[in-house]
Amino acid sequence: MSNYVLFLIIICYLIALFFIAFIAEKNSKSKWVNNSVVYTLSLAVYCTAWTYYGSVGIAANSGIDFLPIYLGPVIAAPLWIILLKKIIRISRQHKISSIADFISLRYGNNRFLGALVTVVCLLGIVPYISLQLKAVSETFQILSDDTSYVSTSVYDDSTFYIAVLLAIFATFFGTQTTDASEKHKGIVVSVAIESILKLVFFLFVGIYVTYVLFDGTEDIYSKMSQSANFKSLTTISGFEKGFNWLYTIMLSFMAIFLLPRQFQVSVVENVREKHLKNAIWMFPLYLLLFNIFVIFIAWAGNLTIGNADQAEYYALLLPLKNGNTFLSVLVFLGGFSAVISMVVVATLALSTMVSNNLVIPYGFLDRFVKSHPERNAKYIKNIRRISIFSIILIAYAFYVNFSYELSLYSIGLMAFVIIAQLAPSFFIGLFWNRGSSKATIIGIIAGLSVVFYTLILPFSIQAFTGSADFMQYGLNGIEALRPHALFGIDFLSPPTHAFFWSLLVNLICYVTFSVIVKGNYRERNYAEMYVDSKNYTDLQDGALVWKGEAYVADIKKVLVKFLGEARTERALNLFFRKYNLPLDTQMADARLINFSEKLLTGSIGSASAKILISSVVKEDEVSLVEVLKILEESKETIARNKLLKEKSEELTKLTDQLQEANEELIEKDKQKDEFLDTVAHELKTPITGIRATTELLMDDEDDMPSEIKTQFLKNMLQDSDRLSRLIHNILDFEKLSTGRTQLNISKYNIRKTIKKTIDSFNHMAQKRGVKIVHSNKSDFYAEYDEDRIVQVLTNLISNALKFTEPKKGKIIADYKYDEGFLEISIKDNGKGIPEEDIPFVFDKFYQSKNQNTIKPEGSGLGLAISKKIVENHNGKIWVKNNQKSGVTFGFKLPFE
Amino acid sequence: MKKIVIVDDEPNIVMTLEYTFKKHNFEVYIARDGSEALEILEDVVPDVVMLDVMMPKVDGYQTLKLIKENNKLKNTKVVFLTAKNKASDIEKGLKLGADKYLTKPFSVKKIVSEIKELIA
Repeated sequence: MSNYVLFLIIICYLIALFFIAFIAEKNSKSKWVNNSVVYTLSLAVYCTAWTYYGSVGIAANSGIDFLPIYLGPVIAAPLWIILLKKIIRISRQHKISSIADFISLRYGNNRFLGALVTVVCLLGIVPYISLQLKAVSETFQILSDDTSYVSTSVYDDSTFYIAVLLAIFATFFGTQTTDASEKHKGIVVSVAIESILKLVFFLFVGIYVTYVLFDGTEDIYSKMSQSANFKSLTTISGFEKGFNWLYTIMLSFMAIFLLPRQFQVSVVENVREKHLKNAIWMFPLYLLLFNIFVIFIAWAGNLTIGNADQAEYYALLLPLKNGNTFLSVLVFLGGFSAVISMVVVATLALSTMVSNNLVIPYGFLDRFVKSHPERNAKYIKNIRRISIFSIILIAYAFYVNFSYELSLYSIGLMAFVIIAQLAPSFFIGLFWNRGSSKATIIGIIAGLSVVFYTLILPFSIQAFTGSADFMQYGLNGIEALRPHALFGIDFLSPPTHAFFWSLLVNLICYVTFSVIVKGNYRERNYAEMYVDSKNYTDLQDGALVWKGEAYVADIKKVLVKFLGEARTERALNLFFRKYNLPLDTQMADARLINFSEKLLTGSIGSASAKILISSVVKEDEVSLVEVLKILEESKETIARNKLLKEKSEELTKLTDQLQEANEELIEKDKQKDEFLDTVAHELKTPITGIRATTELLMDDEDDMPSEIKTQFLKNMLQDSDRLSRLIHNILDFEKLSTGRTQLNISKYNIRKTIKKTIDSFNHMAQKRGVKIVHSNKSDFYAEYDEDRIVQVLTNLISNALKFTEPKKGKIIADYKYDEGFLEISIKDNGKGIPEEDIPFVFDKFYQSKNQNTIKPEGSGLGLAISKKIVENHNGKIWVKNNQKSGVTFGFKLPFE
Repeated sequence: MKKIVIVDDEPNIVMTLEYTFKKHNFEVYIARDGSEALEILEDVVPDVVMLDVMMPKVDGYQTLKLIKENNKLKNTKVVFLTAKNKASDIEKGLKLGADKYLTKPFSVKKIVSEIKELIA
């Protein structure tokens, strides 16, 4: 394929990506941009050209050693839900925009530390970027026809132009705002799309190689198993190599947190914490898919091409050698995608660090203070733009001068080892509040020195002089100082060896000096905020301990320089409202200091923010003890407030309950009053009768006709009976209602109980000509208080008698078993009950207007008492009008 | 001859009142509740109506209201005779326009003298 066609394809591809990024930036609020899938795919920026080409190279030459690089992240993924969530939360709270900011803020806004972290990242990542460029260049050459062509100057090297295009892309989408903690949706979405493409294209070639060129995985396996070095390619190869595995896994575990591009996509670009939930399983799945075909492509390459030097590009060469140019182009574009995403995100992250932690705090602050806000914003953006271009161009220069002998794999690992120097201060700093800035700086420098001696120096010497003496004999010929076998540890590969020693030294320095040298109060303040982030999120701006004198006006002046008049005004208004402060507050407090530093951090980095704010305030030294005391107090206040709120809620609930209980009592009281009223009224009626009759009999004894006299005496008797019945029923009802009655429960035959009751009515029924039918002959034994049930039946039957017409009346008593209950019913063919009265018939002193006998018969308590008796048996009583005529009363008793 | 309508749902009480007023030369009409009383009042214009309050169907208060609305009965006195003897009940009865409020249990002699005095 011609150079120009290929270059045209690349240009088209880049334009498409540019377009996608542009659309995403325009629709930055859309759910297509803000979801967990895009988030996870952006995390896959982890898979660079190293994954795409390098893994195959390793698999072809040294077997399954490519795997630990992916095992680390797989192990790390489940921990994200705790660890990464904490990091994201802290970063959001402090508007952190890079790992350098994150670490330097943890150690008290230390300017030097921020710069040091930036340098570490540059050392690690710039060569890494150049390797990506190398991969593009080499694959470009493989794919183009004229292999004889060798570029002689920068101007006709296609890689240079590609590098420039990438720099433009990163500049355009990476420096839209001055606040680097803002999200870069365009870049994230384009990275996500690239992650899909690189995976899909790699799977394409995997399937093509395995199933088209070969006869499936078994075919490759069986052919490969005949080769001489098969065993070494499929095993870890012994105990000592096992250490290599272990350390490489640890290394990649750290890298997934510490690599600047990973920090950028996983922390800075994180939109919602809950996206982590899906990422913890989707990301490992992505890595798994990516690695499925690595081994088969490698073996297939070994079997058909067999050239170990070209092993890294088997994925490209296999389809190309078999005449499938189209697939080769896809593979090339997949690899190119991996390169673009890595280069763009890495340079974006690095440029933020370079500007906010290196350039601005060491030289531009004075100029900013003297300048206007618009110009400052331009300055900041330009610093970042220049950084992006410089980083990519330096990487390009590195590639041109150095990378001839380097494999993707070894430079990748070297980058990991360098970045891993941040691990102690990063991970331990999150959980150990004693870790101090001095110890961190010493640790990182010491670790870096070890890396330099064991990895970079031997590599450089060999690259420049071609001599391996240094490696073989060590410094000054001292064997213990051989760079790849320090103190006799000679079984590790150079990167893991360097990793082991550097991290050990780094860790020892960090821990020892942290214990020996105490950090200053500000460090300790931030340490508390990081370690106990959950508590301090509640404290918000109050988490910063600060004492001194500061005027709001001075701070405002500084803010205006970077945010402009309008934004500053708005931000301060918001702040005052949030903390209920008057808008014309004169003196600034710790919260405002913290708030202002945060506002500036996104634009110029935390160290510069601190320096700027400190320059306009008079800060008093606070002792460490005081810091801890104040923090403890604030925490306690928060806890107390929470407790207070809970207690007050409880109290409100209690008051409500009390109110309810009170209302219930009042209601009960009212009911009691009504009951007493009614009782009094009911008692007065017979007494009135007796009183009046007695008076008449006394005064009129002589004139009164004897039949009237007899009637009056009869009336008196009736009233007396009524009175005693009333009193008896009232007492009975009261006893049943208050639960003071003990039921005499034993086993009885309900048939006999009903018969007994009916027998007592025989005489009266006969007199009235009403038939009482009881035809159920089956014995049914149940447990109840017989006297009480007879009382209920008596009430119901006497009611029925009252409601039925003489001569025509018919009352039917029956019972049946119904789902755990014994159901007894008394049915009559009388007048029935007016529907509107049905709900009240069991109320006390309800008396129907429909009864056939005249009044003095009932007490008005019969049904109320019956209801109480049935309820005391845990049963239920009811009434309903029959369809034709009359009414049916029924009750259920629970039955086992 | 004076005419009295006795409205009460307690037959034993009614019986004593009927006996007494007949002995004092009243023409006595008996109703068991308000609606029966109103039926009687369509034909008869009595001198006095004696009303119980708590009765089925139409109670004493309603009956009083209906009597007061009937122009034909503007000279008829209305007396409550009831067991409700709370001050608030009495006030309510008199407010509604009853001419007298007598309570149960009662003395027959006193009832007669009160009624006679009312219609004298």
